[in-house]
This record gives sequence, structure tokens and C-alpha cells, in this order.
Amino acid sequence: MNNVVELEQVQLHFGKLKVLHDMSWQLQAGEIMGLFGHNGAGKTTSVRLILGLIRQSSGQVKVLGGEASDARVRQQIGFLPENVMFYPQLTGYETLSHFARLKGAGHDQVLGLLEQVGLTAAAGERVKTYSKGMRQRLGLAQALLARPKLLLLDEPTVGLDPIATIELYRLIGQLRDEGASIIICSHVLPGVEPYIDKAVILARGHLEAVGNLQQLRAQAGLPVRIRIQGPGAAFSHPQVLEHQPLSSDWHEFSVPATAKLPVLQELLKLPLEDIEIRPPSLEDIYRFYMEKASAVGVAGVQP
Amino acid sequence: MKQIFNIARKEFSDGMRNRWILAISLLFAVLAVGITWFGAAASGQVGFTSIPATIASLASLATFLMPLIALMLAYDAVVGEEEGGTLMLLLTYPLSRGQLLTGKFVGHGCILGLATLIGFGSAAIAIALWVPDVSLATLIYSFGRFIVSSVLLGLVFLAFAYVLSSHATEKSTAGGLALGVWFLFVLVFDLALLTILVVTEGRISPELLPWLLLLNPTDIYRLINLGGFEAGGQGMGVMALAADLPVGAAMLWACLTGWVVAILLLAHWRFAKRLG
Repeated sequence: MNNVVELEQVQLHFGKLKVLHDMSWQLQAGEIMGLFGHNGAGKTTSVRLILGLIRQSSGQVKVLGGEASDARVRQQIGFLPENVMFYPQLTGYETLSHFARLKGAGHDQVLGLLEQVGLTAAAGERVKTYSKGMRQRLGLAQALLARPKLLLLDEPTVGLDPIATIELYRLIGQLRDEGASIIICSHVLPGVEPYIDKAVILARGHLEAVGNLQQLRAQAGLPVRIRIQGPGAAFSHPQVLEHQPLSSDWHEFSVPATAKLPVLQELLKLPLEDIEIRPPSLEDIYRFYMEKASAVGVAGVQP
Repeated sequence: MKQIFNIARKEFSDGMRNRWILAISLLFAVLAVGITWFGAAASGQVGFTSIPATIASLASLATFLMPLIALMLAYDAVVGEEEGGTLMLLLTYPLSRGQLLTGKFVGHGCILGLATLIGFGSAAIAIALWVPDVSLATLIYSFGRFIVSSVLLGLVFLAFAYVLSSHATEKSTAGGLALGVWFLFVLVFDLALLTILVVTEGRISPELLPWLLLLNPTDIYRLINLGGFEAGGQGMGVMALAADLPVGAAMLWACLTGWVVAILLLAHWRFAKRLG
């Protein structure tokens, strides 16, 4: 599979301040990747590197096989900045038309995208009258101009209501199916897990972890939580790490991922009414790496 | 070229939308027609006097107004885009910084050019319509030279505005710096030159002083417009130095154009250094 984005041993200094440390990761064609980290972790800086807005101090950044500053590469990149802003005096239609001309996208695409993001009715209104959510949807439409092969979305769900958020992720999935590669940069984790193929976790400019969810779970070695409804108060098993009663009839057992089956087999011998198995979530993994970074002295990391 | 056109088109549309073109055209038209007919009122004469006198008066007015209008038009060209949040987005498009700045220059230049043509051109039309026995050829040549040189002067200060806008981190700072540049070139420079003349009491080589006029684009502009007429060649104040300046009209035009190119290159360099 081709690498759409490739960072190799990338370091970035602003004067004496080192903001990225030996960053290496790849995004392959057709993947959706989450770029996560606390405020100041290096997410936006990484995005700016990928967009060619700044240059690395050392290492290599390759985007779509070339340099991000190359106009032919930029033609194939769509970008939605955090808190996207537009010219307030222009209407939504005029705004999108202006950016479409810069991308060489046609008039039909402008109308199609306005419809796709639900702004057809408001297309003639000035952007200064738009709500934050409407501006975000207009921003998404401009990012989708000229059908980009690489889409970078910085905090894309900010300002969107829950239905619009689901619709955004549905659209992202559709774009991936059409062959686009997507980077979602966020510090808001709830809701994003089902949609990403891969995650990169940053803390204070360091790469803490990279991989798909299964790989990250395995790397982190976090326990699986098994919840049962039934007589579990007296249940014991040598592999159970922690037993926590949740209510009179609900109990939660934390077990290592490798011991999940033996513990389940024992639990199923009990007269249970219900059972839930909860593998470590993206939030659990993220918290684990933030705590780890904090423990090894990466200053400023708030788990 | 297409990207430059796209940016220029946006700037020109903004100029139409926010009434810049209308406002500058009206201002120039009212002042130009007023000066044409009432410019000699102080000497007790009302009505059109002569083309050289009219051009001299208009040039004096334009020396103050053109730089100010150009600076006001473009001082926020870069820093305003950054404060508005659109600069970073634009720089992610297949558009170089050079194309962005050149596009803005072309767009703003067209606004200035059109407004100047309409504003000052209306005075020329009024003279052609209502002044008997005026030579149309002289009128067109004189106003044509005046309008083109005025636009060139405006372009110099547009370029200055881009330098300041690329340097400043806030719009208000850029605005303050723009006023400073206007103050320096329009008011302070000539006063400083006269002061040097008086204080040094001829100790500075007399051959050097006239050349110093070329360091100020507004002086070059005045030399072009005041020196174009046989009777009007002798200027007042610091312009009197021009009598010793051994350069022809073509050289003055080249100098003013050189100012545009040099300051625009400086703006490109400063914008390239600015973090996106």
C-alpha cells in the first residue's frame, strides 16, 4: 500500500525550543487516522508540517510522494482548520466560489457541496450571519473542493450538533471508501473511535504510540473489563486483577486481555442474567499514554 | 497567472462592494473639478486658468492624497487576512505567497487606477466640455501624464503597505506604521532636506542635494508633473533643487517605476519570511 503521508525522524525547533522530537509515522492510502494529544502536544504543528506551512529542522516529510509546498501536491489536499474563519462580507456561495477558483473546481461542485453540507438555503446569506456550526460546514465544503486525495481535519466536530457530527463521520467514511486518506486531529475523543483505522498519540512533541486500535491495546496492555449481572459477589479467579461491585447485582472484573477467555468460561458457569465485555476504549488508551508520558517527566502533560 | 487573477478579482470585488472605488472616485472628482475652477480663488481669480496651473494644483493635492489612500487601502492586506483567520487557509491552497501578494497588488492597483481615472478624468472631461479654445491634445497629454504618474505614486505606497502589513503582527500596528510612512515621505522628508540645506550653509556638495530628491517618490512625482511644462518647471521650496538635477523626464519615470518594483520586491521578501 502507498504511503500518502510519511514522516521520518522529523524534528522541529523554534529557536531553542524543540517542539517535535524524532517523529516517525505513515498514513496509507484509504486510511482514516486520528491524531490525538493534549493542547500543545504537537498536533497542529504536525498538520502545518504536512501542509508545507512550516519546514522541519531535520528529517523528512513526504506528502503524496512529494513536497507539501509543491502546488501539484497542494491541489490534492483538503484542509479544514480549527475554528475556520472566512471573509464575513461574502456570502456562503461567494466564499466557496472564491476558494473553488483557487482550487480549479467547477461551479457545479460548489453547488453540490453546498447541498451536501446542508447550506443551500443559506448560500445567499453573508458568512458573518452564520452560526459556528454553519461556518464549520462551509469549512468542510471548502476542504472537499476538487475531491482531495488527502483530507486534514483539525477539530472537525467543534460547533457541530450531535446529528451533524454523525453526518460528518458518515461523510468521512464515504470519502475513505472513494479512496481519500483522512487525518482527524482532535483532543475530543468520544465518538471518533468507530471511524478511525489508526491513531497517533502525541504528548509534548513526542510520539507516544501509533497503530490501529488492536495494536494500541496490545502495546498498552490494558485490562479488559467484564461486567456481569448476577451472583458474582463471591466469584474469584487468579487472573482477575480487580473486582468492583457496581450495584447490588452488577459486578465488574478487570482481567488481562490474554486471560479474557479462561475468566469468561468460569463466569459462564454462574447463573448470569447479562454479560458485557468492554475492551479498552480509545479514551482508556489515550489516558494510559498521557499518564505514562507524565510519569516519565514529559512536562505539561495532564492525564 | 490564473491564481494572480483570482486573487486580484477578489480584491477588486471587495473594492466595489465596500464602496472604496466609489468613494475615491467621488473624492477625486469633486476635488479635481473644484481645484480646476476655484484653485486660483486665493489670487482673486475664479474659473479655469490654464492647464499647467491646474495640473500643478492637482499634483500638489495628489501628493498628499494618493499615498494616504493607497496605504489605507492595503495596510491590512496580509495582517488582516491573518487576523481574520483566512491567511493560513489560503496558504494551503495551490497558491504561492508571491502569487497571493501579486494578486492583491494587481487588484488594489486596479481599484486605484480606475478611481483615479474616473476622478481626475472627470475634471479633464469638464474642461473639454466647458472651457472654450482649450487644446484637446495638450489636455489629453497633460491629464494622461498626470493620471498615470498619480497611479504610479499610488502603487509605490501600495507596495509600502504590503511591507508594513507583512511585518506587523496586528492590524492596528500596521495602520500606525502606515501613517508613519505617509508622514515621513509626504511631510518630513522635504522639511528635513530644507533643514539640511540651511544648517550646512552650503558645506554639502551642491551637486549631491538634487539627487536626494530621488530618494522620495512623492518628490519624483512632483518633478514629473511640475517639470513637464516650460513655464511651470521652476518649483518652490525643495523643488527648486530640481533645477540642478541633470536627469530628464524619462529618467524620472524610470525612477518612480523603480520605486514600485523595489518596494514590491521588499514586500515579497518580508512576506516570504513571515510564518504562515
